[in-house]
Amino acid sequence: MNVKVKDLFKKFENKIAVSGINFDIKENSTLGLLGPNGCGKTTTIGMILGLIKPSRGEIFIDGIDINKNDRIRLLEKINFASPYIELPKKLTVRQNLEIFARLYGVSDTENSIDQIANDLDLKKFINKKTGELSSGQKNRVSLAKSLINEPKLLLLDEPTASLDPDIGDFIRSYLEDYKRKKNVTILLASHNMSEVERLCDEVIMMKNGNLVDEGTCDQLIKKHGRSNLEETFLKIARGK
Amino acid sequence: MNFSKIYALSLRHIFLIKSSFPRLLDLLYWPTIQIFLWGFISKFFTLNSTYYNNTVGVILTAAILYDFLFRSSISYNMMFLEEIWSRNFTNLFISPIKISEIIAALTLTAIFRTLIGMVPASLIAIPLFGVSIFSIGPALIFLLISLYIFGVTLGLLVTAGLIRFGPSFENIAWASLFFLAPLGCIYYPVEILPQWLQLIANALPLVHLFEEMRNILINNTVSYLPIMKGFFISLVYFAFGIFIFYLAYFGARVRGTLINMGE
Repeated sequence: MNVKVKDLFKKFENKIAVSGINFDIKENSTLGLLGPNGCGKTTTIGMILGLIKPSRGEIFIDGIDINKNDRIRLLEKINFASPYIELPKKLTVRQNLEIFARLYGVSDTENSIDQIANDLDLKKFINKKTGELSSGQKNRVSLAKSLINEPKLLLLDEPTASLDPDIGDFIRSYLEDYKRKKNVTILLASHNMSEVERLCDEVIMMKNGNLVDEGTCDQLIKKHGRSNLEETFLKIARGK
Repeated sequence: MNFSKIYALSLRHIFLIKSSFPRLLDLLYWPTIQIFLWGFISKFFTLNSTYYNNTVGVILTAAILYDFLFRSSISYNMMFLEEIWSRNFTNLFISPIKISEIIAALTLTAIFRTLIGMVPASLIAIPLFGVSIFSIGPALIFLLISLYIFGVTLGLLVTAGLIRFGPSFENIAWASLFFLAPLGCIYYPVEILPQWLQLIANALPLVHLFEEMRNILINNTVSYLPIMKGFFISLVYFAFGIFIFYLAYFGARVRGTLINMGE
């Protein structure tokens, strides 16, 4: 799936959250969405998911405007994971995955769950209640939920936030491997610059609702005369 | 409508009830307590009131039917609140399920939650107080359907409020039924109310349904006209509830509250 964002603008009462941004995500590529807290990343993701109605602008997914056409049809091929939203805690991992598999119209529910549980190493705790899991386990379950429908467009909001380096690396490796095997377009919002350098083909940088820079990681590092993406991010975020 | 998706959403609540004994106990406990409380009040009134002295259990039957309405509404609200409490709200609204399918799933699942509490409570009333709501006869089915539709409507309006105002609207969920109870004329005839309140009360389905319930139990005759009136008024409110729910949903998309609603 490809995504085309045109003149996207969102104003909440008196606050401009996203200020007329334009960007494309090419099919089967990973775009990093970077920016300091409150810069409009989550609002942008919310608008791509159709959860937030833009004040102005258009979002085309495979040429279809998500706000003007059958959003449900598009959502069958899209998914989202974020550590800030959770799955019902009182349900087991398997129950949660079964519900979402059915909601996404996955045909062979049992096999799909077994497959993804195997891939993401969930088998040891698949019959445990989700609320009883560690944050690392929860993140893997959240990722499993987001992949249950084999999405063509995957939106990830800080997928490795607050994880220890081992589990963070496991998820990054899994995403790299998953992208190689499946045709998936990824939008990754992250504050982990090494993660972005590792996973993203291109990045866009937002600040105060505006898109302030874009390019590959190497291009941005070079353009701003820094040695890595973290320093580049700090330069852009601090404006010096 | 996709029934597989409706089933999936219902399954989420069935799993929850099955896996949680406290939740199951909660569903059974309150209707049973109501039966005991109103059973003894009913018994006292039956022995001491000329209005009720020929009719054992008018009050208890009214209490059971009112509790059915109450449980329908609360079940609907609770299922929606569960999504907010568990921070699953965003997952639900980004999955490919239509609003109409969410409404259908909650409406259909609420009946199970309601019946889990109401069936045992209604059966307990038979040996304990000699009162059976089944003595109403076939009209009971129409009364229950009408009450259910109205209960779900109140649930819809409250959930619309939750979408519009966020979890802080939760208290209204609990208060909504108590607010309407005095106007519903559940335990007394509508003539008790002042004239101006009677006008408002008559616009609610409850008055027609509970008046007819009393008529059936006291006079032993059935008139389907008030029941149908109650049924159609309930349907009108239900359509209004759906409209308000959609309005709240589209409003929430504009305000951006669907993406971060949680505890």
